[in-house]
Amino acid sequence: MSESMISLLVHGLLETIVMTFVSGAFGFLIGLPAGVLLFVTREGQVLESRVFNRIVSVIVNIFRSIPFIILIVWMIPFTRMLVGTSIGVLAALVPLSIGAAPFIARMVENSLLEVPHGLIEAARAMGATPTQIILKVLLPEALPSIVNGASITLIALVGYSAMGGAVGAGGLGQIGYQYGYVGYDTVVMNTVLVLLVALVFVIQLTGQYISRKTDHRK
Amino acid sequence: MFDFIPGRKYIDIMAMVAEVMVFDVKSTDLVYYCDWCSFGAYNSQQVEMIELKEVSKIFYKKGGAVAALSDLSLTVARGEIFGVIGASGAGKSTLIRCVNLLERPTAGRVIVDGQDLMALPSRLLTQERRHIGMIFQHFNLLSSRTVFGNVAFPLELSGISAHEIAKRVSELLALVGLQDRQHDYPVNLSGGQKQRVAIARTLASNPKVLLCDEATSALDPETTRSILALLKDINLRFQITILLITHEMNVVKAICDKVAVISEGRLVEQGTVGEIFSHPRTELTKRFISPWE
Repeated sequence: MSESMISLLVHGLLETIVMTFVSGAFGFLIGLPAGVLLFVTREGQVLESRVFNRIVSVIVNIFRSIPFIILIVWMIPFTRMLVGTSIGVLAALVPLSIGAAPFIARMVENSLLEVPHGLIEAARAMGATPTQIILKVLLPEALPSIVNGASITLIALVGYSAMGGAVGAGGLGQIGYQYGYVGYDTVVMNTVLVLLVALVFVIQLTGQYISRKTDHRK
Repeated sequence: MFDFIPGRKYIDIMAMVAEVMVFDVKSTDLVYYCDWCSFGAYNSQQVEMIELKEVSKIFYKKGGAVAALSDLSLTVARGEIFGVIGASGAGKSTLIRCVNLLERPTAGRVIVDGQDLMALPSRLLTQERRHIGMIFQHFNLLSSRTVFGNVAFPLELSGISAHEIAKRVSELLALVGLQDRQHDYPVNLSGGQKQRVAIARTLASNPKVLLCDEATSALDPETTRSILALLKDINLRFQITILLITHEMNVVKAICDKVAVISEGRLVEQGTVGEIFSHPRTELTKRFISPWE
């Protein structure tokens, strides 16, 4: 493989990593509070509100139902307004973050559902305010599960970013599409594949390690 | 002209007048000092620590309404250990959870240390709950925190300084005999040890009342004995009123002063432990006393 090809692949890997992790971070910024809200407004929980729960639930469900490739294309006008272009890593971050957020919201909600109800009761009995229950009980107790959810999300985002490569997002996906699909270069194609699999493995193993370290239930 | 605190008894009119000079409304050992007449008076201590007045709780489920508690009235005096015994589903869990409003009664009043809990807005209820301790059948310790962290939890809620917290937690762990386990996580403790941590946690905020929701039901007889001994000890040492629920008469026999028998949401019998054991009136009570006959 030529040197310029290698540098192209390294550049592509870095772009994919940036897309995955930065959109993951933005997704968490929106998705974590949304997930917490979905949980605490449930029936029987500290901030019970069926109306609020229904509204957030519907918004989350709608966005989760949109296939990612459609979401990218549909959001082009909005993306252009936000970052000035619809091509490249920065532009890809917009639909990636918006696509990740509802996914994360549901994962966080599920993680919180696993926290034993008795702990929330004990906290209420000790005179904890809803904010204190969320920050001192729910999130710390659900942390191992949320970390697992984060791994799953990041791995999904690696896949989504590769999809974005087909419409000009950059990264390994674009290289795979241009050289592998359009250019029939099997060496490049296979290299892209191996790099993506390696990236996913690293995320998976790191996630498992962090989850184990924060889990004091074993 | 003067704001009376409903439910408090005043030894005389001067104490009532001196209410305007009250230092700390929450404590029950008040010294009134009336500035303009130089008269000091002690508040007669609230005799009834817990009062449930005609409390009803109805749960609405698919298929209809279930009355978990019907017109139930109960009084626990200060410093007393009061046991409520009943079979599963009789309503005892609902009863004890109504005392700190974890369940809100559909009707009736809940008065703890003279304070009508149902009349409080949620922020004040939260404050009041910090003076009511509760321990549970399944301990409910935070798995993500060490023993130290668990006992420190209620102190953190009240915004106490880290230095103060460290001191207090050491005291409490010494009280329950677990100072050497303070850096362990609950997963590494036995049931009895977990319940001790839970007790230490409850004592952190100096509660006046301790509610025990089947606190020994998940423990073996030997451990049950030691936990009950600990409860008796803190009742005597700190004058903490204890209300406990159980389905085992041994527990009642071991530490309770008074006992009430609950069945289908109503109290069928109540009295001192001596009376009930020597002269049980209802069939249900007799069955609790001698289950194997």
